[in-house]
Amino acid sequence: MSLKEIFAQLNIFTQCGKYGVSLWQCPQFLFLIMGVVIIGSTLAAYAIGSRYIEEPQIVALIVLVVTAVLFMVAASITRSFERLAEANRMKSEFVSVVSHQLRSPLSNFRWAIELLMSGRIGQIEEKQLEYFKILKENSNRMKELVSDLLTVSRIETAELPTKKEECHLEDIIKDFIKEFQPFATASNVEIAFKPQLNLPKVLVDASQIKLVIENLLDNAIRYIKEPGKVEIRLERQNEQLYFEIKDTGVGIPKDDQKYIFQKFFRSENIMRHQTQGTGLGLYIARAIIEKLGGKIGFKSQEGKGSTFYFTLPIK
Amino acid sequence: MPKTILFIEDESALQKTFGEIFKQEGYEMTSALDGEVGLRLAKTKKPDLILLDLILPKINGFDVLKQLKEDPDTKEIPVIVLTNLEGMQDIEKVIGLGATTYLIKANYSLVEVMEKIKKALGE
Repeated sequence: MSLKEIFAQLNIFTQCGKYGVSLWQCPQFLFLIMGVVIIGSTLAAYAIGSRYIEEPQIVALIVLVVTAVLFMVAASITRSFERLAEANRMKSEFVSVVSHQLRSPLSNFRWAIELLMSGRIGQIEEKQLEYFKILKENSNRMKELVSDLLTVSRIETAELPTKKEECHLEDIIKDFIKEFQPFATASNVEIAFKPQLNLPKVLVDASQIKLVIENLLDNAIRYIKEPGKVEIRLERQNEQLYFEIKDTGVGIPKDDQKYIFQKFFRSENIMRHQTQGTGLGLYIARAIIEKLGGKIGFKSQEGKGSTFYFTLPIK
Repeated sequence: MPKTILFIEDESALQKTFGEIFKQEGYEMTSALDGEVGLRLAKTKKPDLILLDLILPKINGFDVLKQLKEDPDTKEIPVIVLTNLEGMQDIEKVIGLGATTYLIKANYSLVEVMEKIKKALGE
């Protein structure tokens, strides 16, 4: 952290400005006040105590008053944190409402395009088809974004319900590989899957774990820009199931690695390739894996590829 | 006799799109833009299938479904719910009320919705 950043952190007024609440509702400011009261009252107690030591009642009274003041300040700090949490929750709720509202026009849009493209209501020319394809792809992108946003807002308002059932992870993975095969072939990517034999089932929410595997597999294929390979491993490690997906893609630049699980973060080198994506997939993946009691992580080298892994507890 | 489908959905754009598809597939579509009209048409027209949205003006889709299944005149008609709601509770509630299938709009293409409809019609 540079000196300038430290000063910026110390500037309470700008810090509080960011929250959009008044100074008396801002935790940083209230802590400062509390600090001032503590120091001031300690000095005052010393000064008064050394002069009127023969009257302990006064000292006791001062201590009582100071405690009361501190109590009030602490109460407002708690309240201010509540307000901030509330503001955050309202923001997530807003995102959820907006996303829901976006879905209806989006469905109309997607289905109307599908109807047009099917040629059922009149033949379309080759050149028109190109543009219909653009419309279709982009409406699908919008659909993905909206559904990612909904998942994120559910995670943030702690409303992502988990319905655990026993699953064979290798079956889920095999299904996805089949589903992604055309995309992989089109991208010149070979997928290899090596599960250990006799793997135990895990207790997970199938729809959520599918979201994780889908995201990781999609990323692995998407960010391979030359003919390449994706290798998936699944094995038992003590009381955990270990999943690993290794690609020969563009990799994540070192400076970007610490941000990779952040919401909306997209690495600088993939932005260069203009690859589509919402920057929400890994954020969602981490939230889900952690909720299921596992760990997620990665190793990556720019230009060489990335390896993402997660663990899940067995029972 | 072409089979009849009652589409209870407040989005007129969807009524239009599906109307076109149904016409081409040889079905007759009756549309209702709110729950009240939907219930009335279900009783008078006795369609072969009902395609039902959940968020509807006047009477919402859950109540429409409940009333359809309570009425001896309409309880045998298969109901496909086509909605944007995707909460587990909503799905369970709707299936519990007796809907044949629950389709989330965002997850299906027109062709796939059509397949589900044909299946529900026993084709």
